[in-house]
Amino acid sequence: MKKRIKPKLYTLSTCVHCRATKRFLKENGIEYDYVDVDKLNGKEKEDILSEMMKISPDLRFPTIIIGDNVIIGFHEDKIREALGL
Amino acid sequence: MITVEEMFSGMKKIADEEGYKFNPNKDELDDILQGLWDNEHRYGYPSCPCRIASGVLADDMDIICPCNYRDADIAEYGSCLCTLYVNDEWIAARKPHGVVPERRPQEYYVKGYPGIKEQKGAGGGEMVEVYRCQVCGYLCAREEAPDLCPICRAKKERFEKFEMK
Repeated sequence: MKKRIKPKLYTLSTCVHCRATKRFLKENGIEYDYVDVDKLNGKEKEDILSEMMKISPDLRFPTIIIGDNVIIGFHEDKIREALGL
Repeated sequence: MITVEEMFSGMKKIADEEGYKFNPNKDELDDILQGLWDNEHRYGYPSCPCRIASGVLADDMDIICPCNYRDADIAEYGSCLCTLYVNDEWIAARKPHGVVPERRPQEYYVKGYPGIKEQKGAGGGEMVEVYRCQVCGYLCAREEAPDLCPICRAKKERFEKFEMK
């Protein structure tokens, strides 16, 4: 079986679109890494936000990295395409 | 401690009076309300569940629900960014809804919401338009007149530009 790229997600624990994205990946059997940015504090939060701002300037959640693709917001079609689903 | 249900009934009362509609999908609505409740309890105010809050009230002032961007987003996309508030077209649409882009300027995430003196209107330097409801006299300083007057529910057409001498 072809090994899939593991998506990396910037999310908020409170965000309905982030939750929908995680649910979608789970339902499709995709493992992913994520960071709930709102659960961080101080320097850790600042560092993640400035890292995120480089790829997602409006700090939109979720921001999803799949290989070279950066998907901003829960765009199911783009996620499917990036993952070959 | 206020429950999610109590919080929502307060919001619903205002929304009904002002003619706003909530997301009709119960699961999504419950998710959004839970997010608002979580923010109310950790920050002390219900900031947008889909935006990262600084935790400093003055800096987050524009993203406290209902956020400053709600009306413009409903007018352009049919819903606000988190999809708590929606319009009839959004409810009636059969295809999946697109992602609402962020309207909040990026610099507000860096520096926080500007203080009153730096803003357009309301004592700031540059003025936005002031609109007057011709029915009840309600005044508001904003980019556009509201769809419904929050006081007497007159429609947008009943607003006129108000000149301050």
